[in-house]
Amino acid sequence: MSVQTPNGFQLDTSGRRIVVDPVTRIEGHMRCEVNLDENNVIRNAVSTGTMWRGLEVILRGRDPRDAWAFTERICGVCTGTHALTSVRAVEDALGIAIPENANSIRNIMQLTLYAHDHLVHFYHLHALDWVDVVSALKADPKATSALAQSISDWPLSSPGYFRDVQNRIKRFVESGQLGPFMNGYWGNPAYRLPPEANLMAVTHYLEALDFQKEIVKIHTIYGGKNPHPNWLVGGVPCAINVHDTGAVGAVNMERLNQVSSIIDRTIEFIDKVYLPDLMAIASFYKDWTHGGGLSSQAVLSYGDIPDRANDDSAANQMLPRGAIINGNLNEVHDVDLRDPDEIQEFVAHSWFQYKDESRGLHPWDGVTEPNFVLGPNAKGTRTRIEEIDEGAKYSWIKAPRWRGHAMEVGPLARYIIGYAKGIPEFKEPVEKVLTDLGLPLPALFSTLGRTAARGLEGSWAAHRMRYFQDKLMASLKAGDSHTANIEKWDPKTWPKEARGVGTTEAPRGALGHWIVIKNGKIDNYQAVVPTTWNGSPRDPAGNIGAFEAALMNTPVAVADQPLEILRTLHSFDPCLACSTHVMSPDGEELTRVKVR
Amino acid sequence: MATTETFYEVMRRQGISRRSFLKYCSLTATALGLAPSFAGTIAQAMETKPRTPVIWLHGLECTCCSESFIRSAHPLVSDVVLSMISLDYDDVLMASAGHQAEAILDEIRLKYKGQYILAVEGNPPLNQDGMSCIIGGRPFVEQLKEVAADCKAVISWGSCASWGCVQAAHPNPTQAVPVHKVITDKPIIKVPGCPPIAEVMTGVITYMLTFDRLPELDRQGRPKMFYGQRIHDKCYRRPHFDAGQFVEDWDDEGARKGYCLYKMGCKGPTTYNACSTTRWNNGVSFPIQSGHGCIGCSEDGFWDKGSFYDHVTNTNVFGIEANADKVGIAAAGTVGAAIAAHAAASAIQRIKQRAGEHHEENDQT
Repeated sequence: MSVQTPNGFQLDTSGRRIVVDPVTRIEGHMRCEVNLDENNVIRNAVSTGTMWRGLEVILRGRDPRDAWAFTERICGVCTGTHALTSVRAVEDALGIAIPENANSIRNIMQLTLYAHDHLVHFYHLHALDWVDVVSALKADPKATSALAQSISDWPLSSPGYFRDVQNRIKRFVESGQLGPFMNGYWGNPAYRLPPEANLMAVTHYLEALDFQKEIVKIHTIYGGKNPHPNWLVGGVPCAINVHDTGAVGAVNMERLNQVSSIIDRTIEFIDKVYLPDLMAIASFYKDWTHGGGLSSQAVLSYGDIPDRANDDSAANQMLPRGAIINGNLNEVHDVDLRDPDEIQEFVAHSWFQYKDESRGLHPWDGVTEPNFVLGPNAKGTRTRIEEIDEGAKYSWIKAPRWRGHAMEVGPLARYIIGYAKGIPEFKEPVEKVLTDLGLPLPALFSTLGRTAARGLEGSWAAHRMRYFQDKLMASLKAGDSHTANIEKWDPKTWPKEARGVGTTEAPRGALGHWIVIKNGKIDNYQAVVPTTWNGSPRDPAGNIGAFEAALMNTPVAVADQPLEILRTLHSFDPCLACSTHVMSPDGEELTRVKVR
Repeated sequence: MATTETFYEVMRRQGISRRSFLKYCSLTATALGLAPSFAGTIAQAMETKPRTPVIWLHGLECTCCSESFIRSAHPLVSDVVLSMISLDYDDVLMASAGHQAEAILDEIRLKYKGQYILAVEGNPPLNQDGMSCIIGGRPFVEQLKEVAADCKAVISWGSCASWGCVQAAHPNPTQAVPVHKVITDKPIIKVPGCPPIAEVMTGVITYMLTFDRLPELDRQGRPKMFYGQRIHDKCYRRPHFDAGQFVEDWDDEGARKGYCLYKMGCKGPTTYNACSTTRWNNGVSFPIQSGHGCIGCSEDGFWDKGSFYDHVTNTNVFGIEANADKVGIAAAGTVGAAIAAHAAASAIQRIKQRAGEHHEENDQT
């Protein structure tokens, strides 16, 4: 039995059903089920968010100035981006303008997150989908050195260096305690790298693990710690004092130098290790063109990294804003987060309930009332699910839609929009990658394209950190050291009622927070996050979401080993703690059970 | 399968010299605040032990604990994972997924019954039959109980596992509960914080490996070595508190001079953690040093104690010694802790007299 979805995918559930639960190397908890046809090609895909925490109901009645700390804890991987979105929502509601220096520091922090998150995603969450650790043991260290030196002038590249790492891995494997590499899919025919490329990548897995902790020290300097640095409504909490007495109590010359030094090292690591590795790995997989999903037809970005403070126009955002639908790259639509007809969330297939589930709700009117029920065709029991029934409710994730369209968000979406808008800093790197690999434009719309866009963006972000650090220094030289606007810090200065929206582009994609403030307290708070977009279940019209679409029609080499499924899901960098939320609109007490 | 190696053998085979190894042991002793003579004990322990299996489970959480853990600078997390422990299950880092991942849990439980450490990040929700956190089609709380049944000890990473943290804040819609509410028959070491400091996390693990025992815990179950004192006790801005020099507004003259953040809501006086001594990210800074007050993220129920910017007048400032005893922190009563508590109380009393402020009694137990 085969069904055509409105967004153009042919779903066939007749073949063998494969379940992957838990999906690992992601943030949070997720399940995936697919049907394979007789040739082991995916003909139906079902993605289920398997957790929710209810942060939005927890926010009701609280001080809006505290909301950043709560929402920051939505996610510890994209740490800070929810906090930034939250302070922007509150500032939008209350009409607070922030100092230029605060804008620069916030951008540096957001870009720090990009550089760190993309790097860690590539090596520690995604690489093992492409890199066979066990095969690295067969590599010739000399040939590995030659390979590394042919693609980069990164100094750690001698034969002896690769031999030492190889020996370390060998002895680790021989110890019989394989730790995180236990039961991996080593030797699966879907792995295509020669042993030398595998050894180079495994070596850089370890190097990146050591280096990533350096990048986040920028958060520690401006925000006091990482993960979960501190933010402030009205600016940033770190005062700057470069001239006077007591300078050791604030951001001073030594601190600024440390940030500057980390930026330089981050640029170097990404450009000399991450990007060359990405290109080398891609060159062995360039005919693996699967996983495009929605990217060739519907992508969305809110834009981010405002060049000047307090200017929300699309032109002021260094990451492009817009929506592309129906695969028409010649038209990039404007996006208005306040328009009730643009962004709406549906729950027909989510474990929530609306009065009328055929309709979607704009986040300012958002309702999130849990309703955990399994469909009639589910196998197993309520607390021991063997197979999901996707014809009914099947996920803790809602289904957001932009003007009714399921959209893909994230680095690839941003690069496609930047490409379509003809912005050189996005278009040129994309063209260069395609030319270097000898691939046509459609190759961009793929799992590999998503992974490549993330790498390009990591480099873009590192270089933009330099831009904003220089901008901050120029401002200090010009005599401006302000970092916070306290005019409306006191709740007595606020209107009785206000509503605001804050956005960022999180590393994983478009992120929006909608807040309603009444009498100085939060009255309603809704977050629509990247993985809600990408990981959404079907909507009432039957459109499938980005994860599901990307898995469609992918061949699986070994049916019992979900390597290709992981590869495509990981290319989105799923963040499940972000994507699931709950709101009981009337604040009712939810069912309770006794603690044993 | 090859026989399991000792910790020392693994280090030696990875090119670490005997001399470096002993130096490491000596540094570890120093870092843990032990006498130099303990270095020998550490070396001996490491020469004779296999890598301890660790199963790291994730419930309702945000993964900030894992993110913090991989930032550890001493020891490096790559050394921890490759040479010190055997991180056999951690769904954030592990290569396998689905059935192959679940199979590891069965194998470790059988093969290392009573020998492995269970590390828990996040917590189990009990509403919706536990199904607001589903692993392998089942409630997370079931997986947690099964794996806990055969473990040697539990580490509750972070404030979620230790106290409940943000999802357990009022009204706790999923009824998320800390680990000790569902696991009652195993030793539990709470390492709270949102997240905990990376080097505190690896410090707790290396302590357990080194001495083959649990760290000494306070009455709330936290390792005394890292949670025995308040942020305020060792804060580098403490002299400004004592001198009555406070930040009065964000970005004011006091903020630029690094004055005390007490009036901006700093929870340092009531928060037990190592932030002002160990600091964050290899000692680069900590919240107060970067201009924001402590929000008290390692304390039980810190989300429900009013705004982060409320002046800490509702905490028990004047009677601080009595309060500290009640909550059990200084109850074991080492002389040092008692002196610190006394000094804190005296200083706060001086300020109180000067400022003439009213502080309400608030029993936090």
